[in-house]
Amino acid sequence: MNVALPLGWAVLLPVLLLAVAWAAVAADVVVAGRAAGRPVPWTTAAALPGREALRLLVGQRRRAVAGDELLRGVGGAVLPIAALLAAAVLPLGLRPVADLGVGIVWFNAMEVFAWAAVWLVGWGANSTMSLIGGYRFVAQGLGWELPHMFALITAAIGAQSLRVSDVVAAQQGLWFVVIMPVAFVAFLLSVAAMAFWGPFGAPVGRDLAGGAAAELGGVDRLVVLTGRWLLLVAAAAMAVPLFLGGGHGPWLPAWAWVLVKTLAVLAALVGLRHRIPTIRMERWTEFSLVVLTPATIAQALVVTLVVLGEGGV
Amino acid sequence: MITLALFVVLAATAIVAGALVFRVDSMARATFLLLLSFLAVAGLVLMTGLQYLGVVIVLMMVIEMVVMAVFMIMYMMNPAGLMTMTMFHNTRGAVAIAATVFVALAAGALVVDWPVRGGVPAPDLTMALGESLMSGQMLTMMTLGVTLFATIVGSVVLATGRGRYDRLGDDLGAAESDDRDRGGVGR
Repeated sequence: MNVALPLGWAVLLPVLLLAVAWAAVAADVVVAGRAAGRPVPWTTAAALPGREALRLLVGQRRRAVAGDELLRGVGGAVLPIAALLAAAVLPLGLRPVADLGVGIVWFNAMEVFAWAAVWLVGWGANSTMSLIGGYRFVAQGLGWELPHMFALITAAIGAQSLRVSDVVAAQQGLWFVVIMPVAFVAFLLSVAAMAFWGPFGAPVGRDLAGGAAAELGGVDRLVVLTGRWLLLVAAAAMAVPLFLGGGHGPWLPAWAWVLVKTLAVLAALVGLRHRIPTIRMERWTEFSLVVLTPATIAQALVVTLVVLGEGGV
Repeated sequence: MITLALFVVLAATAIVAGALVFRVDSMARATFLLLLSFLAVAGLVLMTGLQYLGVVIVLMMVIEMVVMAVFMIMYMMNPAGLMTMTMFHNTRGAVAIAATVFVALAAGALVVDWPVRGGVPAPDLTMALGESLMSGQMLTMMTLGVTLFATIVGSVVLATGRGRYDRLGDDLGAAESDDRDRGGVGR
């Protein structure tokens, strides 16, 4: 059953995502200030995303000698576009902008464009630090993609549907996080990892002088950083329909619950970010392949058995 | 009308991007032009109504092309693959092979007496695909899966420089390995 929102919402979706991303950036600035021992007043923090965006808009772009400007431009542009397309299947309330029958696979397909985007941005600059940053992201991606896919599949098994609105409908009584906690944790890890953010920020790390983003200035930098935050917001918001009951909840309307839960997930991510150091690729890859992947497969198996036991399929 | 226009645009993109793979002088551009070609093909698959297969092609091809870019550049003959290069090798032989294959496939498409569709498509094509793979084609898929897995394990075993006996001693008794790059699990 197709329950997509009217088409006008497609125009509103980027605005909503940007607004939530703005709030997340402001919160991150406040938390970072506190962690550094130099508290930032929240009024300053709230205005900072706008000021930074304006500064980058009028700032000078950077071009390296013999860089591949075309590939770098494509890579940068793909990042925000992929985030928006992935968000198209997010139920804003109980109904998404595009209610695809294979919504979960669509989300996954759009968000892996980040692989290509970050690598292209790193490659196109023709700079060693950028190139290493791009390769770091691919190495990390090989680590998080499998647990991430198993986490998505587990939610789909629980609802016996790849349609995101069906997954929400299946959680009317019990949130999926209760019966699939391992998948939820793996998903949250991959949310931060796909946005190369927080503990997974090695691709743009300080030890690489900015890594994949090292040679970005002006509007190029603005597009990539915005795309990164949009990706984080879209992926964090996806945790709500998949594991946290979507728009279901007492008293408030569905859209309000989605907003509250999304902000709660983002708050948890932003709050944890400054307590966890950046993880190195070789550590993350080994942990991901040796611990996380088998754990998420076992989680999928348990949920499958529960579904079969309840007479599903 | 819109369907026809969409088909023409996607088909042209697939062919032109595919041909450009051999015209550009950078491995990165060649790889991502190939990706563009595959994405156009995925669009064509989506146009036939096969949602799941179309989206899975997008998913797999993006990951696959990025991984391929890494490997292709790694194996290129100039350091880091940053210098210009050409995709042509054995030009005459390649022309002959490509022309023969094209003529054979095009002739096949035009000459074969395509059957008329009998019956109607299943209401849920994803479900139908899953049932086909997990019932009628189960043996094929299982054989395929085990073969692929054995290939992966075999390649890793052949490629690895230091096996577990190097890392943990002849009786595997060492408490910790002496790896230069320590992994995250601690052994």
